[in-house]
Amino acid sequence: MPILSKEEAQALLKKVLSYSKADECEVNLSGSDGGNIRYARNAVSTSGGISQSSLVVQSSFGKKVGVATINEFDDASLAKVVKRSEELAQLAPENPEFVKNLGPQQYGPDAKTFEPATAAISPKFRADAVAASLQIAKENKLIAAGFMENSAGFNAMMNSSGLFAYNTSTNINFNVTLRTEDGKGSGYITKGYTDVNKLDVAAATKIAAKKAAGSATAKALEPGKYTVILEPSAALTLLETMFFAMDARSADEGRSFLSKAGGGTKLGEKLLDERVTIYSDPQNPELPTSSWNGDGRPQEKITWVNKGVIENLYYSRYWAEKKGVKAIPTPDGIIMLGTNDSLEDLIKGTEKGILVTKLWYIRSVDPQTVLQTGLTRDGTFYIENGQIKFPVKNFRFNESPVIMLNNLDALGKPERTVSTESGLNALIPPMRIRDFTFSSLSDAV
Amino acid sequence: MKRRDFLYMTGLGVGATLLPKTNAFARAVPLDAPWTPADAAFKKKLADVALNAARSKGATYTDVRIGRYLNQFVVTREDKVENMVNTESYGVGIRVIANGSWGFAATDVLTNDSIAKAAELAVAIAKENSRLLTEPVQLAPQKGYGEVSWKTPIEKNAFDVPMKEKVDLLLSVNDAALKGGANYVNSILFLVNEQKYFASTDGSYIDQDIHRIWPTFSITKIDEKTGKFETRSALSSPRGMGYEYIIPREEDKIRGVSTLYRNRYDMLEDAKQGAAQVQEKMKAKSVEAGKYDLILDPSHLWLTIHESVGHPTELDRVLGYEANFAGTSFLTLDKWKSGKFNFGSKNVNIVADKLQPGSLGAVGYDDEGVGTKQWDIIKDGILVNYQTIRDQAHILGLNESQGCCYSQSWSDVQFQRMPNISLQPGKTPLKVADMIKNVEKGIYIIGDNSFSIDQQRYNFQFSGQMYYEIKNGQIVGMLNDVAYQSNTQEFWNSCVAVADKDDYRLGGSFFDGKGQPAQSSAVSHGSSTARFNGVNVINTARKI
Repeated sequence: MPILSKEEAQALLKKVLSYSKADECEVNLSGSDGGNIRYARNAVSTSGGISQSSLVVQSSFGKKVGVATINEFDDASLAKVVKRSEELAQLAPENPEFVKNLGPQQYGPDAKTFEPATAAISPKFRADAVAASLQIAKENKLIAAGFMENSAGFNAMMNSSGLFAYNTSTNINFNVTLRTEDGKGSGYITKGYTDVNKLDVAAATKIAAKKAAGSATAKALEPGKYTVILEPSAALTLLETMFFAMDARSADEGRSFLSKAGGGTKLGEKLLDERVTIYSDPQNPELPTSSWNGDGRPQEKITWVNKGVIENLYYSRYWAEKKGVKAIPTPDGIIMLGTNDSLEDLIKGTEKGILVTKLWYIRSVDPQTVLQTGLTRDGTFYIENGQIKFPVKNFRFNESPVIMLNNLDALGKPERTVSTESGLNALIPPMRIRDFTFSSLSDAV
Repeated sequence: MKRRDFLYMTGLGVGATLLPKTNAFARAVPLDAPWTPADAAFKKKLADVALNAARSKGATYTDVRIGRYLNQFVVTREDKVENMVNTESYGVGIRVIANGSWGFAATDVLTNDSIAKAAELAVAIAKENSRLLTEPVQLAPQKGYGEVSWKTPIEKNAFDVPMKEKVDLLLSVNDAALKGGANYVNSILFLVNEQKYFASTDGSYIDQDIHRIWPTFSITKIDEKTGKFETRSALSSPRGMGYEYIIPREEDKIRGVSTLYRNRYDMLEDAKQGAAQVQEKMKAKSVEAGKYDLILDPSHLWLTIHESVGHPTELDRVLGYEANFAGTSFLTLDKWKSGKFNFGSKNVNIVADKLQPGSLGAVGYDDEGVGTKQWDIIKDGILVNYQTIRDQAHILGLNESQGCCYSQSWSDVQFQRMPNISLQPGKTPLKVADMIKNVEKGIYIIGDNSFSIDQQRYNFQFSGQMYYEIKNGQIVGMLNDVAYQSNTQEFWNSCVAVADKDDYRLGGSFFDGKGQPAQSSAVSHGSSTARFNGVNVINTARKI
């Protein structure tokens, strides 16, 4: 299916609803076109093009709900899918947590989530980009493995209570690992944008090349507590583990790091360094995201952590209704405030420390304290008297983002980055942290 | 099914709620959908359209996968059914070689015209990319099988079991956990059916019907006064079986400090013991960091095998094809060629396998039309082989693929995925109780939990569900805050004993992640309980 315009999507959804006989009906429609390319050992390996679409119909009678989907769009198929969902709803047990349809919503102005240039990417464009990246690898006698993926799509939603929502989006992600021929050095970079014109594959590859060449003679340091500088993508992978645990229901139920001894939650309490402010904003020009979330709720600018104080948690509609509060949905991107200092400024201001450019294989060790374990990867460096002195071998860490954000020493200028663990897009500053816990050494390069 | 979609739909996983609803529910279908695979003759016609279209555009090799991927979830918490979901994904993926390069395209519009267009796009992509090749793709020879079929040997198709029966089971599990003193309980039944049709220009038309099942739960206990909470997850395992897996059978139970399960799982019984154990965990003493002898139950050891043996022996990782994401491997080709790389002690015998009944990896043919088999990976502690597919087999001097190719759906390109990788039981009779008797200072670990390993598979850290302290040959109580760290080669060389075949069980995962775009694969790992001496244990307790 091509990417439908707002009017085309609206007309199709209206037609679907016209077949409904249920108490309530809600319909989601989506479609996307995309492509990808992989390369490794300085040559292309696999690539592909994928096109898919889907129509989802949810019908409810009281608290009984049924869902059916189809990917054919003639009138008979549309009538059939509505009927199927209704039959299913009649068979289903009552769900006491079922929440009625949302009525019409006011959404903010459409953020610039769709860029025609990104939607127009062809197999040739991807192959040219890989050729440019490979050229840099070969010039530097390095071995490249990388990936580029682009997509363009639309989402639309309508229900029998008058709600209609529509948006389009494009996305391009590029990441590459360069390794020295002897396998002793490795460097990585990842970039993600709505607008392909912001992506400079050659510039990104050059940064990874510099890290690879610079990390080839790594020395082993003793594990222990160190001052570290986390580059934005490394910081995000730890920070997001805390953010993902900010669900109100878990906190209220006593099974979250935000649950309090004696009952209640830490909402409204200062839990982190006062320089920590985290928010989301669909309108941010560097990180535009949809003005509505998948269940029709508006996405607004929300401050989650304000000067170290937990200011908001996210809610399911059911839990918000039960608690009598506003049902704030989970955002599509997060933003952390910083300063105007560059990464280089942070390095200059470091007496002794370790520069961490990437973290890898992060897993929760204890949800009570949000303790995570994982490793450094693809370029770790020792800093002394404001200068990078030499590369160091990778470490395993055991650290909690909550503890880390209390040991905050300095923040730099936020930049758009992509989580190498979850794929979450965010604006995150580089940060210097005291007493970061490295618990063992790894031989991995 | 991608892991993040699963996490979203089941409400499991901390990051799950950040995902948009529309994606997760986009493929749900009605519960009354027919489960019978489409007619093979119809699929053969569609496949021939793709084979002919690709050939006419200049492809020298083509394979077509027409897949109907079905999932069913029943998701409950406490006394409520949270979700009943049937998902279906139906479409075609076409892979070609043109100008010596791979190309791939996929579509969910199953008309002759759309399939022919996808085939043409795959050829166009291959030709575009061929200028970036260093050498043309070299495929190991593969005979065509003609028209053949294979089906997971299930006793009872779980999709045919009435929904009410499944709901009643899960709600009775939840009830047992709550009555046993738990504050919260989430339980899930997860069913998979892959109806896959493969055709290639080698002359194969392979129709397969693959079934998997995973019953699981998580029990939570909270101490409101202190704000402390603990969880205990099910001791079940995802399996390549039908509904029979959750029909309990006494001979499949192993009684000990905790009851453990072989080829049949008693979910209700495990919920009862889980509720008691989670409360024991609340009171367990915090471990003193140091060196311990570890006795690792198969419900835990499977994951250590997966990460430290399964992944580093994937040939594509060894060669650098996964360098940008999953990583490379310390098991470089020179170590294999030497014929004497000491991966582990003489007790360590590890077999790769795509045949074992009831396992997640068992299929008749892989996703590039290669018949499946079994082979040694580690023999008496020495690295003897890897896992590979058609376009890399020649690097090992092999004349045929080992049948390890898999794709999670019709819309993703197939590539090398791990077969079942299993530690063979000890050859001499040895019971777990007798293993424990000889341990002076140790920890007996049951169940899997946190897991992390570096990108070349040297340094790892694992934790479990239950830790029993062993002092002078006796279990003296439960410990908490335990994680062990080691180096793969050091760890497997510290393996001093493996229990005999009576203790052998399968663990596994539905969600082994690899590749870009990332794909999930289901894989089992068998073992008997094994002992590892002098492993470094850390204490993970923190204050925030």
